[in-house]
Amino acid sequence: MDLNTKFTPQSWPDHPETATMEGKNKFVGFWLFLGGETILFATLFATYLALKNSVPDGNEFRTETLFELPLVFVMTMLLLTSSLTSVYAMYHMKNYNFKQMQVWLAITGFLGLGFLALEVYEFNHYIHLGFTYGNSAFSSAFYTLVGTHGLHVAVGLVWLTLLILRNAKRGLNLYNATKYYTFSLYWHFIDVVWVFIFTVVYLMGVVG
Amino acid sequence: MTTVANSVEQKKGFGATLWDWLTTVDHKKIGILYLIGGGFFFVLGGIEALMIRLQLLIPNNDFVSAGFFNELITMHGTTMIFLAAMPLLFGFMNFIMPLQIGARDVAFPFINSLGFWMFFLGGLFLNLSWFLDAAPDAGWTSYASLSIASPGHGIDFYAIGLQIAGAGTLMGGINFLITIINMRAPGMTYMRMPLFTWTTFIASALILFAFPPLTIGLFFLTFDRMFGANFFDHTMGGNTIIWEHIFWIFGHPEVYILILPAFGIFSEIFSTFSRKRLFGYSAMVFATVLIGFLGFMVWAHHMFTVGLGPTANAIFAVATMAIAVPTGVKIFNWLLTIWGGSIKITTPMLYALGFIPSFVMGGVTGVQQGAAPLDYQLHDSYFIVAHFHYVIVGGVVLGILAATHYWWPKMFGTMLSEKLGKVTFWFFFIGFHMTFFLQHFLGLMGMPRRVWTFMDGQGWNLFNAISTVGAILMGIATIVLIINIIITTAKNERIGNDPWEDGRTLEWAIPSPPPFYNFAQTPLVRGLDTYWIEKQEGHNGYTAAEPVTDIHMPNGSIIPFFMTLGLFIAGFGAMYRIEHSWGLAVLIFGLAFTFLMMAIRSVKDDLGFYVTKEQIRRMERGRN
Repeated sequence: MDLNTKFTPQSWPDHPETATMEGKNKFVGFWLFLGGETILFATLFATYLALKNSVPDGNEFRTETLFELPLVFVMTMLLLTSSLTSVYAMYHMKNYNFKQMQVWLAITGFLGLGFLALEVYEFNHYIHLGFTYGNSAFSSAFYTLVGTHGLHVAVGLVWLTLLILRNAKRGLNLYNATKYYTFSLYWHFIDVVWVFIFTVVYLMGVVG
Repeated sequence: MTTVANSVEQKKGFGATLWDWLTTVDHKKIGILYLIGGGFFFVLGGIEALMIRLQLLIPNNDFVSAGFFNELITMHGTTMIFLAAMPLLFGFMNFIMPLQIGARDVAFPFINSLGFWMFFLGGLFLNLSWFLDAAPDAGWTSYASLSIASPGHGIDFYAIGLQIAGAGTLMGGINFLITIINMRAPGMTYMRMPLFTWTTFIASALILFAFPPLTIGLFFLTFDRMFGANFFDHTMGGNTIIWEHIFWIFGHPEVYILILPAFGIFSEIFSTFSRKRLFGYSAMVFATVLIGFLGFMVWAHHMFTVGLGPTANAIFAVATMAIAVPTGVKIFNWLLTIWGGSIKITTPMLYALGFIPSFVMGGVTGVQQGAAPLDYQLHDSYFIVAHFHYVIVGGVVLGILAATHYWWPKMFGTMLSEKLGKVTFWFFFIGFHMTFFLQHFLGLMGMPRRVWTFMDGQGWNLFNAISTVGAILMGIATIVLIINIIITTAKNERIGNDPWEDGRTLEWAIPSPPPFYNFAQTPLVRGLDTYWIEKQEGHNGYTAAEPVTDIHMPNGSIIPFFMTLGLFIAGFGAMYRIEHSWGLAVLIFGLAFTFLMMAIRSVKDDLGFYVTKEQIRRMERGRN
């Protein structure tokens, strides 16, 4: 594959992410990887549901009193919006508009960073209340599920930063188009997992 | 355009050779690495098995201490499943599957190499426990209440070592899936794929969905033991049964991950040496898929006695027995493949013929245990030990030994001695039945599994002694195999493309061992048993789908090794963090090192290199 081939919006393929054999492999491979990730999170969700509010005698922490929906709502909005902005980025990628793509990806990154900052604040808040990782089986299950998601966001942000910086000078080609595209798949996946966390952990925790 | 690895045919110094193997991304070399690694751990697990049997040779024996015995049974099971059987099968999958579908490599050669190093260093990490602290001692299933209470670092070695090795396996599985989905040669439709490729495909799908639960389970165990979590501690609201569920949601598909590729191996061998098309090919494919699917529906049959209630037990009992149906389909298809065939009794064929009765016996006892009420009687007795050794040894290990003899000429270009091969078979086959057949009765007579010793006067003495003699026979078989390998390698008599003369699939159409680019031209596949079709039409070789063109090949890389090394170091940090202040620093350093390597991999373009037409022509001519 020649990295120096210059494209125009006209000569740029409709599906640049799968235009090469390597691209096709990465594309299918990433979908399968996300399949495995789904099972991974499913296991965490199942464990959380089994251990929800399961605490030793005398422990006061319960989902109903602990969680505060306004904060989580803001986090949800940030992450959902970042998924939308990554769609805009992919729209520009398909139109061979490199600058616009980078801009929208940067916005995606900042929204993700905002989400992560709020999550750190949230965890920090709980820990100050005494709801530490080792407080109960419930706390372990909660932090492991939500924390694994948070770790995924953090890894995604590092990945995104490397992509933006690495390709800033040379623009789009068929080699990095797949990398951008798989990142957006990953980002959507993280978003979907968060929708489940928001529902199962927070909404069902406060309401249920 | 860079030149080819001039390397291929020339002699190199030791350092260069070592570097070559550390950095290789060639699926054939990685396949051989898997065989070497898996073979090493197979011998290790075998020595552990012999020590177990020597301890049980006579009543009230004190050959090993009770604590050491627990470590032996734990490490024997863990080593054999994760570090011997699976990597050995991965070796054959890696080497043979891309050849069978007419591909030049797997989809992700880099990840292939990463998968191998993670398996190997993970296994090494686990086994270093023998020297550094104490080996894990809570059984290969490592049930939570026991494993949480186990003192020392044994279980930590188990949790972290398997975490690293398991991640490697997961990568390997995804890699095989995409290779088969995307890289089949023109004309190689799904329903023309050889059975070994099909079973690799389904086993890889099982890996993809079964290993993430193991990852999570091991993390829970790690966090509970090392980072103050309470998943399994009931005094803190935890629940120890969660471990059992998660472990068996992984663990049951795992046995199909092991047996399906063995089924594939035997399917190839039966049709090759019966010189007949595999009977009921599409039924075989369907049965494979069905076994894979049902394999996820039966995990709770390992937990009948936990007390999940009669409804759950009944559902899982029915699902368990249902698996016997597709497996029966397979058995009958194999029998009908042999039926009326022009049979040649070679060493691989001997193994295949020995496999059918052995495996059927394991299957029948499996259905018996699937009946929940009966399982209450059999649970935790030697009957269970006999059952799972009948399926794992009588199925998987016989499959691996058969594949070793069957594909050895393709992989190394020399033929293992048939005479010694048959000696190996008879020692192993007789030894295997001697060891495990009587264990059924020991179980029925009340001998529990995992006991360090037993008392005199219970009528168990004779059967245990015979069982131990059988284990020694299997040990002799392994030694004969190793001697066979050494003699064959020393003699080094080169053979041609199709040494069995009855090869049916594409791997037999190319030289042994194949050149690093496998196929000079991409083959055109015109039906099931591609090479057989070509031979029947009088061709010697395969029909090409393209003219000779430049071939794109991946670059070697040391990064996979370094990535794994980072995790290996981080594992020690996580473990010793509790009592040593340097632990945390080492943990962070190891993880940071791995992430740095990942970043380098991400940022550095790796586009591979081209082998030119002229070079290919020259190399192909040099061969003829």
